[in-house]
Amino acid sequence: MELVKDLMIILFAGIFTENFILNKFYGICPFLGVSKTTDGAVGMGIAVTAVMIGASAVTYPIYYFVLVPLGIEYLNTICFILIIAALVQTVEMILKKHIPSLYSSLGVYLPLITTNCAVLGVTILNIDNEYSFLEAVVSALAGGLGFLLVMVVFSAIRERITRCNVPKALEGTPITLIAASITSLSFVGFGGIVDGIFGG
Amino acid sequence: MSYIKEFTKGLIKENPNLVMLLGMCPTLAVTTMAVNGLGMGLATTFVLVCSNLVISLLKKVIPDTVRLPCFIVIIAGFVTFVSIMLDSFLPELSEALGVFLSLITVNCIILGRAEMFACKNKVIPSILDGLGMGLGFTMSLIIVGSVRELLGTGKIFGITVMPDLIQPMTIFILPAGGFFTLGCVIAVIGVITKKKPKNVGCENCPSRAVCKETAGKENA
Repeated sequence: MELVKDLMIILFAGIFTENFILNKFYGICPFLGVSKTTDGAVGMGIAVTAVMIGASAVTYPIYYFVLVPLGIEYLNTICFILIIAALVQTVEMILKKHIPSLYSSLGVYLPLITTNCAVLGVTILNIDNEYSFLEAVVSALAGGLGFLLVMVVFSAIRERITRCNVPKALEGTPITLIAASITSLSFVGFGGIVDGIFGG
Repeated sequence: MSYIKEFTKGLIKENPNLVMLLGMCPTLAVTTMAVNGLGMGLATTFVLVCSNLVISLLKKVIPDTVRLPCFIVIIAGFVTFVSIMLDSFLPELSEALGVFLSLITVNCIILGRAEMFACKNKVIPSILDGLGMGLGFTMSLIIVGSVRELLGTGKIFGITVMPDLIQPMTIFILPAGGFFTLGCVIAVIGVITKKKPKNVGCENCPSRAVCKETAGKENA
């Protein structure tokens, strides 16, 4: 039960209180770039979640079974980014060959994900926080779900903004960032939810 | 003359951060204090200058099809160097920047300059371009950092400047304040340069070319 509780805490914290976009600022570029329509936001969110889980599951054993025994932990950034690039490329090839329908809807987002700081960020955080393998995968899942949630919520807000009269100076990116600020403020309201549920 | 132009264009006219809207993540994350912004900016500038130098030297050697992975490895190498150096000589700064020090690797400014400038130009213009863009980025980090630090804690660079009568607004050092401040700074720069800031999206993205190749169409 302790284990389940730990994992649930990581999951809830990742989605609500420690949200990747609004709290930790990972993946702001896709957040601002792809959140114009809900469809795009959902596609990007799902693709990021999948790659984050995959990247965490692959980088974790490589760090502990290759880099640590060889004493070259300091190479983790280079190593992880290469793994992520290779992983993204592989996923892309598999999708293209076997599930073309999924590829045509998600494929465009895949190259963007290599340079998404959320993916590299979660793999490095897993190591920094000294998570176990299971915790690492759950934290990637939580980060991805939090990312997806905020992308979808924010795409709806942006569709509303396009129909508003915005002061000229604030048109475009400035108003988007200010809306993001208010969304972030509303997520502050989740503070304490984890302690409240799990009695931490 | 053109050398000077390569250097100065990054400062305001094509400021990578405030006009081109690249590299937003570190801008929001490390600017709770102006000092952190300065450190992050200089670290990024160093990586940018070095990677531009190496990539412009190797532009004939790197095959076109695998250029992005090659660029990323070169960049990641310099990032590792910087993070080891900061760890040993400025441990406090290194701790404050945290994981974002490693994330310089995926900063779109660096990959963007490699793709758009260094792989097409000679060595000296590439170095100047990197220096200008890096300093432009540093400047915008310092501006955002100073505003947030001043309003959030009443200090700039750790020195109290606000009179005691004015209560600091803690919201500005929270994430929400980061988004708000950056939005306002971009709006002000847009008014000063009389140019509408570009939209974040495909047109500014360094991975655009790959994206187009794979998808055959421009999305989002």
